[in-house]
Amino acid sequence: MNAWGGIKAIMKRELGGYFTSPIAYVFLVIFLLLTGFFTFTVGNFFERGEASLVSFFTWHPWLYLFLVPAVGMRLWSEERRLGTMELLLTMPIATWQAIVGKFLASWLFLALALLLTFPVVLTVNYLGDPDNGIIVAGYVGSLLLAGSYLAISCMTSALTRNQVISFILSVMICLFLILAGYTPVTDLLVRWANPVLVDVIAAFSVMTHFEGFQRGVLDARDTVFFLSVIGFALFTTGVIIRNQRAG
Amino acid sequence: MIKVENLSKAFGSKLAVNDISFNLERGEVLGFLGPNGAGKSTTMRMVTGFIPPTAGKITVGGFDMLENPIPAKRQFGYLPENAPGYGDMTVQGFLNFSAELRGIQGDARRKAVNHAVELCFLESVMYQSIDTLSKGYKHRTCLAQSLIHDPAILILDEPTDGLDPNQKHEVRNLIKRMGENKAIVFSTHILEEVEATCSRVIIIDRGRIVANGTPQELKARSVYAGAVHLRAKGVPAAMLTEQLAQVRGAAKAEVIREYDGLVEARVYADKAAANPNLTRDVAEMAAQKHWEIDELHTEEGRLDEVFRSITLPDTVTEAA
Repeated sequence: MNAWGGIKAIMKRELGGYFTSPIAYVFLVIFLLLTGFFTFTVGNFFERGEASLVSFFTWHPWLYLFLVPAVGMRLWSEERRLGTMELLLTMPIATWQAIVGKFLASWLFLALALLLTFPVVLTVNYLGDPDNGIIVAGYVGSLLLAGSYLAISCMTSALTRNQVISFILSVMICLFLILAGYTPVTDLLVRWANPVLVDVIAAFSVMTHFEGFQRGVLDARDTVFFLSVIGFALFTTGVIIRNQRAG
Repeated sequence: MIKVENLSKAFGSKLAVNDISFNLERGEVLGFLGPNGAGKSTTMRMVTGFIPPTAGKITVGGFDMLENPIPAKRQFGYLPENAPGYGDMTVQGFLNFSAELRGIQGDARRKAVNHAVELCFLESVMYQSIDTLSKGYKHRTCLAQSLIHDPAILILDEPTDGLDPNQKHEVRNLIKRMGENKAIVFSTHILEEVEATCSRVIIIDRGRIVANGTPQELKARSVYAGAVHLRAKGVPAAMLTEQLAQVRGAAKAEVIREYDGLVEARVYADKAAANPNLTRDVAEMAAQKHWEIDELHTEEGRLDEVFRSITLPDTVTEAA
């Protein structure tokens, strides 16, 4: 069996798991309600008078902050709690296949949630004449952002069998990744810290890299940033799991 | 098929498994016995590649578990302790999943799942989610998972735990039947299970192998092995034991109990001066003295007594 076969089996199970429990439906409904609320009410979509989805994408880092860890928190902690980890890791698959399979399944699920926001694209196209290139770039950025948060949740869920701890830890890490480059925070930091240092810290922030996508700029550096966060977090997940097995 | 050499595992400063070596061949059913916390599960987890050993070498079906884990893991089916399963999946879904992970697809998968379901009597719960199953069914679902690819090696951690007596009997028969052309290792606390199913027994205590042999060999180590048990009527107990102790090859004789004018006594065999005809000699003496005997038999030895004497530290020092 090739490597993909094992990943696919795990993805299938994981995705099935979302939809056989109420998690998927609760998540989708809440996600769509909240994106709608932030875009139209808080983001003043109509009052802005511009044909863009800025008010839609601006809120994604904050929305994902709580919603993505909620999706990712169970990935490994549940396996440990149920004891199925022993079953999974004595199957003829490599640990990385299990990690990637689980991650991809959840990412796919988040992509589905994002896809279901299509009415907002239709709306803006109906009302005006937006640059759809920027919108596509925004979606790509949003998906990468969700993937980064998810990989971090994956990592924290490997740390503990307690889902609540896993959730809080990943929210904290993701919050740090937001605040490090959040303009109000960087403005504050610049007053007493070296601007170069502030820039270095901000370079680690998802905000800095997400902005480009919102402007419609598909910068390779931003993409590489998100992909390397994902890669690093998943690699760390593997290290954590290996260390736990070693006892 | 399984070869374990000088296997050790330390958790911090605690040595959970201490220099264990054993072999398992096709056609053998190996019973792993030991008190709780003796290192049975830890050993199985190392053999199945779930946790890495601190030292030692594991070869499964010709593949080194540490250097070549994936081909090694293809060789066996594993039932972990407490039979875990994904609660939200149906029995069928769960078995499909484990078949897919083992690379069984399409028609072959359906056949494999049906076969495993048949072997473990799961037909009636095929479409039920695992969360809703009773402990016995849950256990058998996990057992079915380990059989799905018809492995040459089976590693079962307490396969009969939590089953009712009928189910225990079924699983034991299954193990025995499969043991004819597979290599099976299973752990248990139940001694009668070992006698009924195993061709070989390993007793582990505090991380070490303290006994390794056939159930018969182990039973022969019992103080009861070869002892003569008899029940006589109308004979004074003191006189009976005094006389019996003088039979050739008898170590000592003791009264087990007295009731309704009957005396039950046991003559222990002196293992140094082994007398193969101890029972016959006792019978002869009874005939000479005109004792009314209504029961007389040779004891085989008791596994539980051997187990206790090996694994309880006090009795070990007492015997030594």
